Amino acid sequence: MNDAGAGGAVKRRSEAVGRAVWISGPVVRADLTASVFMGEQMEVGANRLIGEIIGVSGAQALIQVYEETEGMQPGEPVFGTGLAMYIELGPGLIGGVFDGVQRPLNLLRRKGPFVEKGAKADPLDPARRWRFVPKATPLAKIRGGEVLGVVPETPVVEHRVLAPPDWSGDLVAIAPEGDYAVRDRIATIRIDGREFPVSMVQRWPVKQARPYQEHLRPIVPLITGQRVFDLFFPLAKGGSAAIPGGFGTGKTVTQHQLSKWAEADVIVYVGCGERGNEMAEVLMDFPKLSDPRTGRPLMEKTVLIGNTSNMPVAAREASIYTGITMAEYYRDMGYHVALMADSTSRWAEALREVSARLEEMPAEEGFPAYLATRLAQFYERAGRVRTLSGREGSVTIIGAVSPAGGDFSEPVTQHTKRFTRCFWALDKDLAGARYFPAINYLESYSGYLDDVSEWWRDRYDPKWRDIREQAMQLLQEDDRLQRIVRLVGEDALPDEQRLIIEGSRLLQEGCLQQNANDPVDTYCRPEKQLGLLKAILHFVSRAKEIVKRGAPIHRIRETPARESIVRAKDKIPNDHPELLDELVAAIDREMDALYAEFQKVG
Amino acid sequence: MRSESGKIYRGLAGVSGALVFLQGGGGVAYGEMVEIVGDDGRTRAGRVLIASRETLAIEVYQGTEGISPTGARIRCLGRPLETPVAVEMLGRTFDSFGRALDGGPDPLADDWRNVNGAAINPAVRAYPRDFLQTGISAIDGLNTLVRGQKLPIFSGSGLPHIQLAAQIVRQAQAPGETEGFAVIFAIIGASRDVADIFRRSVEESGALQRVAMFVNFADDPAVERLVTPRTALSLAEYLAFDCGMHVLVVMTDITQYCEALREVASAKGEVPSRKGYPGYLYSDLAALFERAGRIQNKAGSITQVPILTMPNDDITHPIPDLTGYITEGQIVLERDLDRAGIYPPINVLPSLSRLMSDGIGEGRTRSDHAHLSSQLYSAYAYARRIRMLAAIVGEEELAGRDRKYLDFGRRFEREFIGQAIDENRTIEQTLDLGWLMLRELPAADLTRVSAEEIARHLK
Ligand SMILES: Nc1ncnc2c1ncn2[C@@H]1O[C@H](COP(=O)(O)OP(=O)(O)OP(=O)(O)O)[C@@H](O)[C@H]1O
Ligand SMILES: [Mg+2]
Repeated sequence: MNDAGAGGAVKRRSEAVGRAVWISGPVVRADLTASVFMGEQMEVGANRLIGEIIGVSGAQALIQVYEETEGMQPGEPVFGTGLAMYIELGPGLIGGVFDGVQRPLNLLRRKGPFVEKGAKADPLDPARRWRFVPKATPLAKIRGGEVLGVVPETPVVEHRVLAPPDWSGDLVAIAPEGDYAVRDRIATIRIDGREFPVSMVQRWPVKQARPYQEHLRPIVPLITGQRVFDLFFPLAKGGSAAIPGGFGTGKTVTQHQLSKWAEADVIVYVGCGERGNEMAEVLMDFPKLSDPRTGRPLMEKTVLIGNTSNMPVAAREASIYTGITMAEYYRDMGYHVALMADSTSRWAEALREVSARLEEMPAEEGFPAYLATRLAQFYERAGRVRTLSGREGSVTIIGAVSPAGGDFSEPVTQHTKRFTRCFWALDKDLAGARYFPAINYLESYSGYLDDVSEWWRDRYDPKWRDIREQAMQLLQEDDRLQRIVRLVGEDALPDEQRLIIEGSRLLQEGCLQQNANDPVDTYCRPEKQLGLLKAILHFVSRAKEIVKRGAPIHRIRETPARESIVRAKDKIPNDHPELLDELVAAIDREMDALYAEFQKVG
Repeated sequence: MRSESGKIYRGLAGVSGALVFLQGGGGVAYGEMVEIVGDDGRTRAGRVLIASRETLAIEVYQGTEGISPTGARIRCLGRPLETPVAVEMLGRTFDSFGRALDGGPDPLADDWRNVNGAAINPAVRAYPRDFLQTGISAIDGLNTLVRGQKLPIFSGSGLPHIQLAAQIVRQAQAPGETEGFAVIFAIIGASRDVADIFRRSVEESGALQRVAMFVNFADDPAVERLVTPRTALSLAEYLAFDCGMHVLVVMTDITQYCEALREVASAKGEVPSRKGYPGYLYSDLAALFERAGRIQNKAGSITQVPILTMPNDDITHPIPDLTGYITEGQIVLERDLDRAGIYPPINVLPSLSRLMSDGIGEGRTRSDHAHLSSQLYSAYAYARRIRMLAAIVGEEELAGRDRKYLDFGRRFEREFIGQAIDENRTIEQTLDLGWLMLRELPAADLTRVSAEEIARHLK
């Protein structure tokens, strides 16, 4: 049985287990007087800074410290906790802002605007009372991960209080409906003749994936409301995606967009070594913006983890694990969770920095040899699963990658590519031309196309896949032609080829480009997405007939319908898809007229 | 300076590069400041890099020449590196440690602050969105700076970034507020000439009373450069968040700072990352740049304009690259514009202010600002493309419309981007000038501005 699963049942061992003898930045070496284990959470020095054992040999331990160690002296005591590096899970996470080691930044603000070292506060407010409604039958068998009761955590997230995953036994008692603090006993479980109290808090070791019954195929797309993803490079619920891109190409804006509009029940946003002002922006926007599905403020389904670039680098490493553990926890309640990590490169750099302090042998570009393993372990925690309680839940991971010099051949991008199935490549040139989202559609790919085709086919259009292929082909042909254009100019091409260029341009302007700041187009429903794409392809195919009849290309370009198509994304609201039919009708009217005109001429 | 007492050690285990090693300093803390007196009797400041019961390592700020293992004396100060902060420091010039460099007395400290500061809790930051006017059209019009932002200037050697920085310092103004606006200059690794240019330019403007300068000369030890911006930012934090002032911090040259960091790292025998810079260059720069910002329920703000020279004009070099990953946009100077005699030679195409969209518009700058800047940007981008084409096929071959864009491009560079070094344009003037430029273009092409805006502004 896992100790950490015990909801507050395990005593914190806080006796000194040794003394610091060597301190260098985030790494402390200690002489031990009692035993500790690899990965154990520690409290280091007189200020009791949070740390973790990263090496033990004989009577010495290496400790990575998650806070600033300035001012610590050799001889200060170190304390063990007897638990692997853990976080606390329970009601109150949603709407919260935490640092990399789960300190509640919202509560720490009472101690002033700066995060002082050693500052402490309970991650889950111990005084707050929650309405608990029991759901399990007393005196029956209960298995780990089953629902004991529910708590309305926010108006949109019903918190399902689960039996600790590895606790199976008899439910001896369960609390009646009422208001309880997170640490109050709400149930008693008997395992092998011993009775254990259960509260609403679980401690879970962050580096250990939470268990589930069964892995399910990721066949449901995670609709993001962003056309270039949903239509061209779809992500599946339970899938993983990488967003690599140089600075200013749109990684953060994309992740904010996904957090705002993706069809996830819960969002975990990890700001890992990035800007404080970006966290401030989220905190300003999310309480005001409403979720398109529920109409409720986005903050009611969001957990924020903010370990900005100037906060201790070791805690940056921890922030990723803290985030994914919270995501798994809500998955286990039967929710679809999307986790954003901005940026995984800063996390990798934190690994590198600590590794360098330990004087480990570096592999590529100074990164430790275990970089690939760590990345794999992280992305492997994504998945669509049948939970221990038999529900369906998922964790989708979207990781930003910040390659040095914007060059994708560097190790973090390359390894990430191996472990993620969506690759959304952001392009410096496109961003420089203010083409957003700056997704390079030739370099990007999705490994979920086959998986999600059925969903699109059944719900929206049996020809979904064909339509997409047709559009991709147009883009690819255009790319081939552009190489010729660069040498001879566009005017030198025959009109059929110029129409391809024109069609691709329309596809880019009218569909692929999507301005995050536009009040209408910031989010686009699937039916509108597909409608727009079909209208564009329809326009191109009608134009083809007419060009064949000898119409000059500028006549196509100057049709009012073309203009209407480009404006449709901003002008046609999501709840009026019928306006798209009118658009198609207008295309047909104008094309019919042109057709007639050139039939006479021809 | 501050009086203190502390443990004293005699003799060292070794000296190597900027480091000295001390045996058996068990009671010394990590990051603690020490004073090292060499055989020459000179006192130097140092900081503990590795605290240990056995051998501890100390980084020495003013050079290790003249220190011998047997003759050295070390006094531990029992505190981290601190700097005095005081309102009266405005109008004065200091070295990297806050000691007077202008012949006057050392400042009377209101308080002493740890130069490393502490991270602002992200949950108490206020999102920056108040316009800061620089009087420079290329910035105010197209890459607007807001209070609390960090917006660097990417320059190249020989380009007039010094002049531009000085002009920003002279002209910077938070509209509606003339009081309580302070400027802090951190000059890192500059020659005495360059430092002098700054000083004179500030003096001439009569703005001296609101400017504090921290100067680290090119011939000062490299380790000291790592302290200069931190001292400057500590004063900035005090003025902004304790005294409620709006503070603009200009730091130049970040490239010199990074070179120093590389030099110190390699002296410590650290494993280098790209181009020999340490793997923590990103985190180290972030520790400086993230000290910009605003705090909820506090009046003041810190806005940063760091300046760096791109080695070989290469924007993918680690210094501009990592800076761009931390800052909220960049202002890019271009050699071609400079050669063409345009001052300031700002190429607005690769430049970007990421906080602009929330900082402009009705009630902040003017309601037409967003559309106008988008129109100018796209027209200028097209003009540059046509210019390239014209270089191949010849100007005569261009269509009439394209020729109009060529003219627009030239005029835009000369009259909108270009301005005199003492020309301070209000935001109104900048925007009106932008509209004037648009008159060059075919009316049908003005698709990014609305019909009403055209009627109102395109006279
Ligand atoms: N979809 C979009 N719609 C409109 N503007 C966008 C979009 N994506 C990016 N931008 C623009 O690009 C700028 C930079 O984007 P963003 O901050 O996301 O870059 P980034 O890749 O996260 O950079 P960094 O690595 O430096 O954090 C934004 O401030 C915005 O102006
Ligand atoms: Mg970003």
